[in-house]
Amino acid sequence: MARELWEGNQAIAEAAIRVGLEAYFGYPITPQNEILEWLSRRMPEVGRAFVQAEAELGAINMVYGAACTGARVMTSSSSPGISLMMEGLSYIAGTEVPMVLVNVMRGGPGLGNIAPSQGDYNQICKGGGHGDYRPIVLAPASVQETVDLMPVAFDLAEKYLTIACLLIDGSIGQMMEPITLPEMRAVKRKDYPWATSGAKGRERHVLTSIYLEPLEEEKTNLRLLQRWEQITANEIRYKEYFLEDAEIVVIGFGTAGRVALSAVRAAREQGIKVGLFRPVSVSPYPYQRVAELAAKAKSLLVVEMNTGQMLDDVRLAVNGRTPIEFYGRLGGVVPFPDEILGEIQRVAKGGFKMDENPVHSWMQRMAAVTK
Amino acid sequence: MATMTPENLVYERPQSFTAAPTHYCPGCTHGVAHRLVAEVLDEMNLAERTIGVAPVGCAVFAYNYYETDFVEAPHGRAPAMATGIKRVLPDNIVFTYQGDGDLASIGMGEIVHAAARGENITVIFINNANYGMTGGQMAPTTLPGMKTSSSPTGRDVETQGYPIRVAEMLATLDGAGYVVRRSLHDPKNIRLAKKAIRTAFEVQDRKMGFSLVELLSTCPSNWNLTPVESLTWLEEHMLPFYPLGDYKIAPAITAAKI
Repeated sequence: MARELWEGNQAIAEAAIRVGLEAYFGYPITPQNEILEWLSRRMPEVGRAFVQAEAELGAINMVYGAACTGARVMTSSSSPGISLMMEGLSYIAGTEVPMVLVNVMRGGPGLGNIAPSQGDYNQICKGGGHGDYRPIVLAPASVQETVDLMPVAFDLAEKYLTIACLLIDGSIGQMMEPITLPEMRAVKRKDYPWATSGAKGRERHVLTSIYLEPLEEEKTNLRLLQRWEQITANEIRYKEYFLEDAEIVVIGFGTAGRVALSAVRAAREQGIKVGLFRPVSVSPYPYQRVAELAAKAKSLLVVEMNTGQMLDDVRLAVNGRTPIEFYGRLGGVVPFPDEILGEIQRVAKGGFKMDENPVHSWMQRMAAVTK
Repeated sequence: MATMTPENLVYERPQSFTAAPTHYCPGCTHGVAHRLVAEVLDEMNLAERTIGVAPVGCAVFAYNYYETDFVEAPHGRAPAMATGIKRVLPDNIVFTYQGDGDLASIGMGEIVHAAARGENITVIFINNANYGMTGGQMAPTTLPGMKTSSSPTGRDVETQGYPIRVAEMLATLDGAGYVVRRSLHDPKNIRLAKKAIRTAFEVQDRKMGFSLVELLSTCPSNWNLTPVESLTWLEEHMLPFYPLGDYKIAPAITAAKI
């Protein structure tokens, strides 16, 4: 396939079609509108289902209905819209049907703004809706990687009967990059033994998330956890850069990780032994690999576009054995490579002190930046 | 004991019903409404193609009673779930069964837009003027002055607003194909209700758009009346406020002479 220049959101939409998306239900919200717009034209062209819903509540429950039939289905939204979808996501998790969610984060809380942010990491990685469940969350750092993860997300959702989320931000959604799209493949609806598609020549199927008897709900929670253990064992994904001899390990996901890579390259040119660890599966999180890297490193530097949400996971993995520093930009501000380079230089000169809470020292440094 | 023959058989369970006894209170008309739907599914031989969508409310366990595939929606979202199913399975029959709290309060957005889109689904809408399952609280359909557990001195329209006439409201939408109101308070009206339910499913089966049958129903437990008193109360109080009638029959449906 030829390399072509595509906008992130449109590429996501077209990639979903090519890997067999049968139905899309969505609601406009910036910065992901081009997904909805692209699919509004293309889905009817290829004879598949598209509905612009009355709200995110409607959209996620249309997804829920279509998922119950066994169709390959997805929706997309951005931060405030994802909040509205949480009810339906919880029901989908509780019913154990597969779906893909594209979550194009923007600045928050509240109405916030439409600039790129990573402020919804905790919301989606730690469950989001009510009840005890975890979705699979993949955090690509480029348009190509997002497109490449689209079939992976569907396959994981369908393999584990769960929600698989592509977690990006407005910058990946709206930037244009040269990419190679997947080949168009035919739609193949799986013949699930649970799908509600009409009880012709078989026992009827009932799909619900209700277990009135607490012991039955407990079993369901345990089943979800056992499946999650399988996911944790099999589906960890990450990328590593310049880590062989790294004394400082920068850790960042998505756009923050991508910007950090530029800083790491620049620091390497200055002779600093620094590398980048970029988690791709942020749920399940690569705790084991972070712990291994921390054991060899003199310091870690976590870079995020939030107040340190993934930092908590890194601290959990490191468990106090290695100094951790933090650098974050917030509310829709994207860090420049030079800012992160400055942090790498500071850490390299700083003697790798153990910090009680890396957020506190970062807040003091931020005071100078934001005053 | 006499052997059952077609001549002396006066009552049997519709084939579209499971053998499960319902959980409804004695004298509640949900059982009648359920049976009418099952009879129509039998008559039209639809059970194998049908996917029901249960609501949150008294009918939350509707999926226990039908020999069809069924899903259970979040509160108010049944028309959205039905939309998702119908759009990927357009040749199947999809119906929702919703109460007044589910459809006319928390799910008002979903039902209005399903109707406006002309979504080719059938909605059975039970109007018993209160939230049955949660203990008889005020619903969007509670009559002015009517006492409920959350309007203990009677619905005060000054502070609690006015009831919503769903059939009339949805009938204003161009997308709605067949929108009628019937009642379940006596045998004649039950027969008329069944006829409307049959028409609604015929409309869907012929891909003629959105169909909704509003059924005035009783709630003896929460109305604090006997089943028989409830039927009389419905007739005397609900019929004047919620007139029975055909509020929207699209010209194409009339022309098809269903």
